[in-house]
Amino acid sequence: MGAVVALDRLLETRRVWRGRQQSEPVAEQPTGHAALDALLPAGGWQLAALNEILLGQPGSGELQLLWPLLARLTQAGERVVLVGAPAIPFAPAWQAAGVVLAQVTLLQVRGAERLWAAEQCLRSGSCGAVLCWPEQADDRALRRLQVAADNGQTLAFVLRDRRAADNPSPAALRLLQERQPRQWRVLKCRGGVAPARPVCISL
Amino acid sequence: MRWLCILFPQLALDAVLRSRDDPTVPLALLSGPPQRRVLQAVNESARAQGLRSGQSLTQARTLLEYFDTVEHDPAQIEHWQQFLASWAYGFSGHVSLDFPRTLLLEVASSLRLFGPWPELEQRLRAELQALGFQHRLVLAPNPLAARVLTNVADGLAVDEQALQTELQRLPVARSGLPGELVESLQRMGLRRLQQVLELPRDGLAKRFPPQLLAHLDQLQGHHPLALSCYQPPDRFRQRIEFNFDVESTTSLLFPLRRLIGDLATFLAGRDCGVQRFVLLLEHRRQPASELPVGLLGAERDPERLFELARGRLERIELAAPVQALTLLAEDLPRFVPAAAELFSNRPQQSQSWLQVCERLRSRLGDKVVQPLAAVDEHRPERSWLAQERGDAAARPPGPRPGWLLAEPELLNDLFPRVLAGPERIESGWWDGEDVRRDYYLIETRDGRRAWAFHAAGRPGPLWVHGWFA
Repeated sequence: MGAVVALDRLLETRRVWRGRQQSEPVAEQPTGHAALDALLPAGGWQLAALNEILLGQPGSGELQLLWPLLARLTQAGERVVLVGAPAIPFAPAWQAAGVVLAQVTLLQVRGAERLWAAEQCLRSGSCGAVLCWPEQADDRALRRLQVAADNGQTLAFVLRDRRAADNPSPAALRLLQERQPRQWRVLKCRGGVAPARPVCISL
Repeated sequence: MRWLCILFPQLALDAVLRSRDDPTVPLALLSGPPQRRVLQAVNESARAQGLRSGQSLTQARTLLEYFDTVEHDPAQIEHWQQFLASWAYGFSGHVSLDFPRTLLLEVASSLRLFGPWPELEQRLRAELQALGFQHRLVLAPNPLAARVLTNVADGLAVDEQALQTELQRLPVARSGLPGELVESLQRMGLRRLQQVLELPRDGLAKRFPPQLLAHLDQLQGHHPLALSCYQPPDRFRQRIEFNFDVESTTSLLFPLRRLIGDLATFLAGRDCGVQRFVLLLEHRRQPASELPVGLLGAERDPERLFELARGRLERIELAAPVQALTLLAEDLPRFVPAAAELFSNRPQQSQSWLQVCERLRSRLGDKVVQPLAAVDEHRPERSWLAQERGDAAARPPGPRPGWLLAEPELLNDLFPRVLAGPERIESGWWDGEDVRRDYYLIETRDGRRAWAFHAAGRPGPLWVHGWFA
């Protein structure tokens, strides 16, 4: 005895049992938006799982949401695949956001092939993140993506129209963009109760 | 020196059989002039029905009403011997094709790499079985002895002492001597080689032409036998001809798998990979359709090559029924196996990105997988390219949207809120695609931000060129 041990450190090393389970996993892939990270139980995106983003037409702020992650992944040498992006990723803007373009691959496919291509990329485990804009996605298709993300230990994103928000989804995390005012609401998150408070991320 | 002899007792027949999907159908190879067709070789089920090689076609037809026939082609034997040599080249640096239907391999050094003889033998047999060739193997201290012993034995491995006993037991008729010598020896009552070897040398030299003694010396290893060395070719070309019209790509898959298996065997023997190959689908009275299969990197795994080729084959429509399928590979770069990280935290079954790319390209087309690069250029439509390497572009002077529309769209909003602009972009007068536009950052009614322009200096309807997202 006699040694002074900081309480924080004891708790951090988890040598003290605190009665209530509070195993907050370290956020390995924070979203890059502090307010949003604070709300999410994983402290960021769900790893090796499907993250669903529900929003309006392209141009509603999805890139602001994702760019910090994509920049971090590509700078670390991970590959990012965009399957069926709604428009051309404008290279100068992506570069200005910190994304290393050499690590970005576009897959210009249509229809059901998008889901297939995304699944192949996810399953291979050779990508850091796979972003998919499916034309049609039912529960079954999303479940396949979820399983593929789990198998390949890859971050998966599916970006869909916000009208799909009412349907159930197997995604581990669901983020809905609300129209007025423009803010993000967590609909579902694995490992915790979905917080009621929305988050605003400015353009 | 240890020499391995591989004899292919029915090379021509095996070569035909392996390209057929049902080898149990009675089959005969035909040769001879049209007036007198003769069965050259018959397969197992035809033999069971009473067909023998040497019978005339008419006689065979009376014995068995229906059997398949294929024209016997001596050039094919040459081709397949070359193919097998390229396979054997993977096991030994010295492969000889000097004897017909036979491969002679110097394996003393190969044994060190491929394990002791029983292991090597098992492996050779397994591979030949998979390739579909019947064979006999003998290992002996010198090439001629190995060749002669395959006449009477299979799976024999002899060293110097055992060779002597084996040679003594050998019948004169099977000792590889020319016919007239065998005949005169037999007339002298000499049936076994032992009896010949026991005769005094000077007597033999006096009574027989010098080739008898030379043959005996080479058999016992007293004199070396000069053998030519096989040099593998620089390209691979193989053709499978169908005896019926193939009308669907699905039925082409079986011969395709064969061709690719052979290609992989060839590549393994040469220790190289394939980067590009062409499938030629030959039609009747039409030029052959070409189906190029290009890969991003050198590859030689047959399963992967087959899957990629299959993906491409299944996507095309056959212009006409196919009569023959040819695989032609000329671009054979060095093959460097992909190195996996020892301490990788990726899951076990993971594939490399290159492999995923190949799979996507083979199913969806070459143009689907696109890289992205920035170009130092003011015109928005030219400041990005689908290529690997771009410029380290300078930061753009104004706000730039994350999404760029391929075709500008007319803004469907009468009174947009202008947040910034105009920013004039005027460039390209030198290459004929002059651009003079005033760009604005605007906010539409639904709260989205767009990058829109009108012609420079002439305010009018705005065209949306991109969305800030």
